[in-house]
Amino acid sequence: MNATIPAPIRPPAPPGTSAQPYWNPYAVGALLGLVLLASYLVAGRGLGATGAFSSVAAWIANAISPEHALANPVHARYLASGSPLTAWLVFLLIGAFAGAALSGWLAGRTRLTIEKGPRLSGGQRLATAAGGGIVAGIGAKIAMGCTSGQALTGGSILNVGSLVFMGSVFAAAYAAAWILRKEWL
Amino acid sequence: MLPLSSTLELSQAANLGLAVLLGFGFGFALERAGFGSARKLTAVFYFYDMAVVKVMFSAIVTAMAGLFLLSTAGVLDLAELYVEPTSYAGAIVGGLVFGVGFLVGGYCPGTSVAACATGRLDGFAFLAGMLGGVYLFAELLSGVDAWVRESAVGEITLPALTGLSMGWYVLLFIGILVAAGLAMRAAERRFAGLRPPG
Repeated sequence: MNATIPAPIRPPAPPGTSAQPYWNPYAVGALLGLVLLASYLVAGRGLGATGAFSSVAAWIANAISPEHALANPVHARYLASGSPLTAWLVFLLIGAFAGAALSGWLAGRTRLTIEKGPRLSGGQRLATAAGGGIVAGIGAKIAMGCTSGQALTGGSILNVGSLVFMGSVFAAAYAAAWILRKEWL
Repeated sequence: MLPLSSTLELSQAANLGLAVLLGFGFGFALERAGFGSARKLTAVFYFYDMAVVKVMFSAIVTAMAGLFLLSTAGVLDLAELYVEPTSYAGAIVGGLVFGVGFLVGGYCPGTSVAACATGRLDGFAFLAGMLGGVYLFAELLSGVDAWVRESAVGEITLPALTGLSMGWYVLLFIGILVAAGLAMRAAERRFAGLRPPG
């Protein structure tokens, strides 16, 4: 693979074998759709990721200054006395971490590395990842959801706002992909 | 009658255990699709690997068909499911900002968790950035938050908006998926040369 990528911390597969290929995208999509459906059937709501970040951010703010956190209308929504839904999404992401870890491990894909375009150094890539994360976090808050909570979850129930969100995301990302093509190509 | 949450009062522990279980399936599927890799995710924006659209679209169609069939069979009450209120301004502005963050950062919030779980350091950087962005939004942009919430016009779904029942949309989306699948196969062949080495 790429010589600049750090060596694996532990060989994911026996020497001479390589990581397994990804599953067929349509098959994985159907599996993901069934997980989403199961979430609707048992919990009455779909999947989500942004809410977990909002909860953690509110907890951090609360740890620094409870008065300040409760006075902030955004943080306060995620601190509302023991609201189980906010913690629900944190547990969902803990489960997602475990599920992805097991999948990657079984397929021999787990290793310490940096995913980047060929022109970027590792340090540059960490900067774009962090910067992009900040922008995505702000965007997800404005949109009241992200690719999980809006696009997937809302899309499957034909939520109009979610479908508009999805169109906006892809429009902006395709435009940015052309302008910033040196980051990935 | 489903959803279970409408008829059964689960204990807090059972509820959170359920969240972990559902999340496990969520994360497992994301990683199996290759979405723990920023290169795989951003490939969709250069047309040489359309897996992101294939996975998302087939997941949406699968869940939509399931919701429709179960509600038609009378075992699921769609009215009991949570639908996020629509704010057109929030969806458009937030979507545009999020799209730029997705391309530059290489992940979305959920997939960055899958990246971390398989050792991708850029996944950790994105995750930290995302947390910072959400924190900054709460501290500096609570006015925007209030504006978006005020601009929300309620729970609007396409069937309610158009009067066309959900079953027709399931058929329509299956049709679009088949057509898009053929188009994506052609696009992947045409743009195969854009795939970076390594």
